[in-house]
Amino acid sequence: MKKHSILRVVAKILIPFVLLFALYVQFHGDFGPGGGFQAGVIFAAGIILYTLVFGLDTAREVCPKRVLECLVAGGLLLYGLVGTLGILLGDRFLDYSVLADHSGQHIGILLVELGVGVTVAAVVVSIFFVFVDRGRH
Amino acid sequence: MGLFNYWTVIVLMMVGFYTVIARNNLIKTMIGLGIFQVSVFMLYISMGKIADGTAPIRVQPSAGHEAIYSNPLPHVLILTAIVVGVATTALGLALIIRIREAYGSIEEDEILEMDRNS
Amino acid sequence: MNLEQLPILQVILPLLAAPCCLLLRRSRLAWGFAVLVSCSSLLIAATQLHIIHHSASGSISYEIGGWAAPWGIEYRLDRLGGLVLLVLTAIAAVTLSVARRLLQEEVPEERHHLFFATFLLCLAGLSGIVSTGDLFNVFVFLEIASLSSYVLISMGRSRRALVAAFQYLVMGTIGSTFILIGIGLAYMMTGTLNMADLAQRLTMTLDSVYAEGASIENPALPVNQTRTILAAFAFLTVGLALKLALFPLHAWLPNAYATAPTVVSTFLAGTSTKVAYYVLLRVTFTIFGLAFTFGQVGLQFLLTPLAIMAILVASTIAIYQGDIRRILAYSSVAQIGYLVLGLSFATQAGLTAGIVHLFNHALMKSGLFLVVGCIATRQAGLTLESIRGLGRRMPLTMAAFVVGGLGLIGVPLTSGFISKWLLVSAALESGRWLVAVLVVTGSLLAVVYVWRVVEAAYFLEPDDKTTSEPHDAPAGLLAAAWVLLGATLVFGIYTDLPVGVAREAAASLMGVGS
Repeated sequence: MKKHSILRVVAKILIPFVLLFALYVQFHGDFGPGGGFQAGVIFAAGIILYTLVFGLDTAREVCPKRVLECLVAGGLLLYGLVGTLGILLGDRFLDYSVLADHSGQHIGILLVELGVGVTVAAVVVSIFFVFVDRGRH
Repeated sequence: MGLFNYWTVIVLMMVGFYTVIARNNLIKTMIGLGIFQVSVFMLYISMGKIADGTAPIRVQPSAGHEAIYSNPLPHVLILTAIVVGVATTALGLALIIRIREAYGSIEEDEILEMDRNS
Repeated sequence: MNLEQLPILQVILPLLAAPCCLLLRRSRLAWGFAVLVSCSSLLIAATQLHIIHHSASGSISYEIGGWAAPWGIEYRLDRLGGLVLLVLTAIAAVTLSVARRLLQEEVPEERHHLFFATFLLCLAGLSGIVSTGDLFNVFVFLEIASLSSYVLISMGRSRRALVAAFQYLVMGTIGSTFILIGIGLAYMMTGTLNMADLAQRLTMTLDSVYAEGASIENPALPVNQTRTILAAFAFLTVGLALKLALFPLHAWLPNAYATAPTVVSTFLAGTSTKVAYYVLLRVTFTIFGLAFTFGQVGLQFLLTPLAIMAILVASTIAIYQGDIRRILAYSSVAQIGYLVLGLSFATQAGLTAGIVHLFNHALMKSGLFLVVGCIATRQAGLTLESIRGLGRRMPLTMAAFVVGGLGLIGVPLTSGFISKWLLVSAALESGRWLVAVLVVTGSLLAVVYVWRVVEAAYFLEPDDKTTSEPHDAPAGLLAAAWVLLGATLVFGIYTDLPVGVAREAAASLMGVGS
């Protein structure tokens, strides 16, 4: 891909917008269509585009395997911890109203969706990396 | 519209199911499985449609006019099922890659033949 | 935190422990953590069963997020669920505690933490299926459990494990998609996913379920007499029969159990089909109800012949297998026949027999697969030729196999006898003489396939007689196998726990249905 300068330039322009759009879908999810899963996939699409244009080795430097693994687990744990807070503060699992007086539900769903988004993005990128990596050896 | 959506679902379902049963190539199996699952997604999505209903996003009620929303629950349910479908496809393809590495083939009859001989 | 949080802890404890295992990375650490979690799960399950059994209502309910059912997701556990959870977590705890030793031969050390993470996910999925009272939740947990079991099976040593896992994936996905269609059609007609609410609405008339002003052709028709519900029921039962490996949809099971790592066979043989059976009971009795399932549809006319075919055909195939694990796997298909036969009687006695057999067979089959794991630590081959003379080389191990085998046959003093006895007397009670005779025939076939293993181990001379020194499996492994198989002996004599609980569980299932 080193020779195709049009692709490289277009991709470089596009990728920030793809990632930004992912963040928009992520944090706008409680007012409109969107949410963690969709945002995660869009974010991963941005990174996959980067990998396609700049190669797997460069992409591995951006998202090392170890970091991806931690993100996969971390997102799920964030979800679980927010849910468990409901239990620890004396109410039911995933009962967000204990988190704050008025905006508990809002904060709760935001954090849970963030956890989902992080996990989905990391999982999709890992799956892509594993598949791409497989045929090279 | 009538029963148009159900006919679409049934046709897609049978196309997918037939591909799963009649194929020999493992990748085609996964494609058939994908079509089969998508038909069910369509069943759910079309179920949530309400005549004249808008997307289930709350709008400011105007005087004398109450908005009718589509049922969002089937959409949410099927989002989960889509995630499951993605996971299944990824796992299936990963297994196919491993099978290809181990057997050197992704044709099911050749693989079973090799197993019988070994 | 108090005891009312137990239903959710049962599910989220293994679910959240799985990513922790991923982060721990070191095999020993991840293993220790997984054992800790599975033992806590066992403790939770035992406490829950105790609470349920001594409560007036016979069930506990938990509303997730504080949203009241039927709008929110409700977890609901009754005696049946409590019993299934107990046996599920017990097998998970025993299997995990010896998993590291068994994995040494089969899975490279750097992948152990992934194995334990997947194992815990599978446990979380299976516990979720049993705990939840929401039909769509059942599908989600079913998929968590299935996807992780495909992965676990594919970790087997030989390349055949990959093909077996792939076949299981295709069959399993078709099964769960069928279940998804069934759930969708039922939701379409009733507008609810909560099992209790669904059961109630299915018996109501169309005009009372639909919104006012909707144009319905036949407003006085009960919902469960519509063709849509009939289709929903058909899709659900066929999908579950696939997951359950009910004959003739069992093709995935023998390959999967025979090629998976022995830890995985041990765990799945005792749990995954049992949980599918639990869901089948829920669907046929709790949701659709006795009158619909056995009166209107006449499911017994389909299930009884299939169950008997499963018993006879699978036992016969088991006789002709050369590999111990395949013998046990086909025997599993046959035992599923006994389970379904109990269900198909649609009587309290039949259901009791089915539930007791679920409990007993789970312990027996897991124990037997664990014995196979013990043998695999000392020698590579698991065919009938290669275990010749093993009775002398591994006396304690083979003795455990004999105990389990006697249980499969249903010899008195083993728990297998109790469940067969209950089944035969249930058949006689309802005048099914032929069925009772065929059940006994099935036991005779079991004598033959168990005998073939025993004969090879005790009465045939090994090819090379050089290694005749007794050399049993590692003590820990052997102890675990004896715990499971010893339990079948204990429950064959003190029958209060399984039979007492099962009887009341069956009564409540029948009560809900009528």
